[in-house]
Amino acid sequence: MVSKKSKTWHWSQDVHQLFKKIGIKQVAYVPDGGLAKLLERCQADKSMRSVVLTTEEEGVAQMAGAWLGGQRGVLLTQSGGVGNCINMLSMMQECRIPLLSLVSMRGEWGETFPWQVPMGQSTIPALEAAKVIVHHVDQAEKVPETVQAAAKLAFDANRAVAVVISQRISGSGSKG
Amino acid sequence: MAARRKITLDRRKVVANILKDRGDLLLVTGLGAPTWDAASVEDNPNNFYLWGGMGGAVLTGLGLALAQPQRRVLVLTGDGEMLMGVGGLATVAVQKPSNLAIGILDNQRYGETGMQETHTEHGVDLAAMASGAGFQTTSTVYNAAELKTAIPMLYNTPGPVFVDVKVTAEDQPMILPPRDGPTLKHRFRENLLGSI
Repeated sequence: MVSKKSKTWHWSQDVHQLFKKIGIKQVAYVPDGGLAKLLERCQADKSMRSVVLTTEEEGVAQMAGAWLGGQRGVLLTQSGGVGNCINMLSMMQECRIPLLSLVSMRGEWGETFPWQVPMGQSTIPALEAAKVIVHHVDQAEKVPETVQAAAKLAFDANRAVAVVISQRISGSGSKG
Repeated sequence: MAARRKITLDRRKVVANILKDRGDLLLVTGLGAPTWDAASVEDNPNNFYLWGGMGGAVLTGLGLALAQPQRRVLVLTGDGEMLMGVGGLATVAVQKPSNLAIGILDNQRYGETGMQETHTEHGVDLAAMASGAGFQTTSTVYNAAELKTAIPMLYNTPGPVFVDVKVTAEDQPMILPPRDGPTLKHRFRENLLGSI
């Protein structure tokens, strides 16, 4: 493993390895720039099935089906996609089906594109209103351990959990 | 737009026919009448009933089908529920799950809310939408002879398979299976996996 002090280290390396270690078999997503490196690693890994969605709520339902069938999955989404998931999240809460989700923020730290701001600012309140447990992380070094803690809470304690990854880490949309 | 033909099939009889020789089929039902139809046949531990999450039946079926590639998975849902998640047909078609079939009980109505018309009443053709998404096997069924041809497709034809069964829009008695979420989840997983 590349040292975390190395300039070439990226949090997606460790998170991808963690996915393998905890047995993630289905990776559902709508493509997103902040998650692109992780998506590429998962796509290239034959031990997990990558599923591109037309809208993120599909991924919530897919994760329910995966769990019913005995597999673990993860939903990867940009903050804008959280808004597409709200009603479907009721299934996870009502059936206490685990959901591990990674949410890449826009409309937050250093955003320059105004149309990203409304949903970005609604993302965490919307997740919390839908009774999803939120772990917010704004340092790249802390992403892997945060995902690991979230995975335990999801799969061992049967909860819906979102790791919200700050735009401070990805730098997306902040270049003016 | 689909050609207009007379609709005669009774949804309860259709579902009873589909599930008559189900073997070890895993069944996901969409919210509302398809759940009650399945329960009218029997409350089977290989059934997972959605009581909410409208638009999610097909993708729940996809997640299950990918997790259980050796088992046939059937999603039975309504036309309104399918229309809400219609993009999922594209997602499924791209994944090409050979063990997944989708059956629509298409009464051209939103049955739970007072029998208001859905888009299929106005000619929207769900089988054509599935075909356009990339499903190789699709069918629209109007009568008993066509149903007899379509049922083996649901069980045996390499998936994904899509069958839209046109059914009459009469109200049927409600037959309610369990609706406690954790109970439904635990019994399905315990029966399938031997653990919860």
